[in-house]
Amino acid sequence: MISRIFSLRTITAILGSLVPLVLFAIVAFLVIYSWPAVRLNGFGFLIHNGWSLGSQYGEPITVHGQMILPGAHYGILFLIVGTLLSTAIAVLIALPLGVGAAMFLAEAVSPIARPWISFFVELLAAIPSVVFGLWGYVVVIPFLGQHLFPFMVRWLGFIPFFGGASGSGYGLLTSSFVLTLMIVPLITSTVRDALVTQPTGFREGALALGATRFEALSGVLLPNVRRVIVGSTILATGRALGETMAVLMVSGNALNYLPSNIYTPISTMAAFIVSQLDSAMQDPTGMAVRSLAEVALVLCVISVIVNSFANILIYYQGRRKMVFV
Amino acid sequence: MATTAREYGALIARPPLGRVIHRRLVNYIGWALCTLAFLLLGSGMVWILVVVFLRGFHALTFTVMTHVTQGVGGGLLNAIEGTALLAFGGILLAVPPGMAAGIYLSEYDKGPLAPVIRFFSDVLVGVPSIVVGYFGYVTMVAWLGWGFSVAAGSIALAIISLPYITRTTEMALRQVPRTLREAGLGLGITEGKVIMHIIVPMGLPGILTGILLAFAISMGETAPLIYTAGWSNYLWNGQITHSPIGYLTYAIWAFITEPFASANALAYAAALLVTLFVLLISVVSRMVLQRRLGA
Repeated sequence: MISRIFSLRTITAILGSLVPLVLFAIVAFLVIYSWPAVRLNGFGFLIHNGWSLGSQYGEPITVHGQMILPGAHYGILFLIVGTLLSTAIAVLIALPLGVGAAMFLAEAVSPIARPWISFFVELLAAIPSVVFGLWGYVVVIPFLGQHLFPFMVRWLGFIPFFGGASGSGYGLLTSSFVLTLMIVPLITSTVRDALVTQPTGFREGALALGATRFEALSGVLLPNVRRVIVGSTILATGRALGETMAVLMVSGNALNYLPSNIYTPISTMAAFIVSQLDSAMQDPTGMAVRSLAEVALVLCVISVIVNSFANILIYYQGRRKMVFV
Repeated sequence: MATTAREYGALIARPPLGRVIHRRLVNYIGWALCTLAFLLLGSGMVWILVVVFLRGFHALTFTVMTHVTQGVGGGLLNAIEGTALLAFGGILLAVPPGMAAGIYLSEYDKGPLAPVIRFFSDVLVGVPSIVVGYFGYVTMVAWLGWGFSVAAGSIALAIISLPYITRTTEMALRQVPRTLREAGLGLGITEGKVIMHIIVPMGLPGILTGILLAFAISMGETAPLIYTAGWSNYLWNGQITHSPIGYLTYAIWAFITEPFASANALAYAAALLVTLFVLLISVVSRMVLQRRLGA
């Protein structure tokens, strides 16, 4: 009996349970901590625009049973829009880029050079987020703001949301560009791996029927790895949704307004938590910090849903791969 | 009547010329687009490396490595020490539960907890690091009253590295041949001893590589540390709680936006150090993994 309790199986099970427990603890503590804010803000939190701590010198008032500063109100529609838009644009660019690069690496590179060439591009995933931010801040923003964006306004301005003020370089499209580069390696490495491990018979069969190499790849192999492409794209989406430092440094950290075109400064939920916690701590009623916890909770719930969905898809395909980031 | 070669030739269906040209065009354009995608990705990587390495090498001096930060100048010794300390602390905390979970997933695959641990470990990888940081702030910094500290920062990093260590341990142990387990059990060794004395030592290089990679990831993290570790211009005073500590990634973020050249130089130097270390670990572990796991 004693030996059963102290068996390796029991010990590893108990210690290993910490992994799911940590996730539950994160969600539980965020819910408990942000509960007063959830009660105060209600559902309007998600669909109203305007984040204001209220008057710092006013006498705290009671609304819905919660003490807040006069004039304080919390609505994060602009954050939700900023997060979803920047992620959507990034994924839209990253998907063809990632699949194209994977096709190139899987078919056009010799098997001897493939691991190293693939490794070089996929090493992008290992570069810390804040280094992407530094690069974006120092070289990408001046380049986009002074050259590419004015050029795009001039020649592509007739397309809705492409025209208008080209801005300073901080903004929606810049964030999306940097995010793209951060998430493409996730798609490329997973799809390349799936393409390379396809049975050679598929490819040979297609070639024997007279297909060109590209037709064999795009018409036979690629449809076979459809689910891997979808799964890795959803994982990449999850990554982009929660990306913090790089977006923080290039998004322009807009407050309370919605983007009018693709060059407008934005802010995302993740970046907002970093940029606002200092000022939120100035709120003596503590409601601002609790509302920020609600932002974190919303972000956490969204990414847990997105990741669960992607993982279920990938399990179903029987392809559980280690993607290091 | 014999059929001539010419008549045979006429029997073979020839595709219309337009279709041939169309297929060729699609072939060339398709490959061109794939190559372009690859080149865009590659040039992005080269661009980042060039910026970080060129500017970093100019900024990285002996003084930077040996002095602590003073205002907007000085050195990064405090941040180098802090980054090493936080990443090391995080790994130290994450290895026991992470390895245990990995052993359980690989060796007790049929156990009732296995699907739960595996699934939530994979979901935990995707939880944004800033959420972990905020969780750390709410629980450890504010609620437990530790303040910005080594303990809070290390625990936040441990949460980040936990799922990585779990996964690499599981992968490494799964590579150990099944016959070894059977041979051990056949000799009458208990299951626990087979695992701890035969399977885990065999998988150790893979496990260590995973730990090394988790260490690299911890070194590059910023968001989980901003509101758990804080920032300090001084070397660590030995206190686990109630004393903030500096780290390199904070220096990159905070000093690059300063209007002073000396501060920007510190940011570039910090970026070079972090990138260099992370890439070095990635390359080394890739070599090991390639040999061991064929990954």
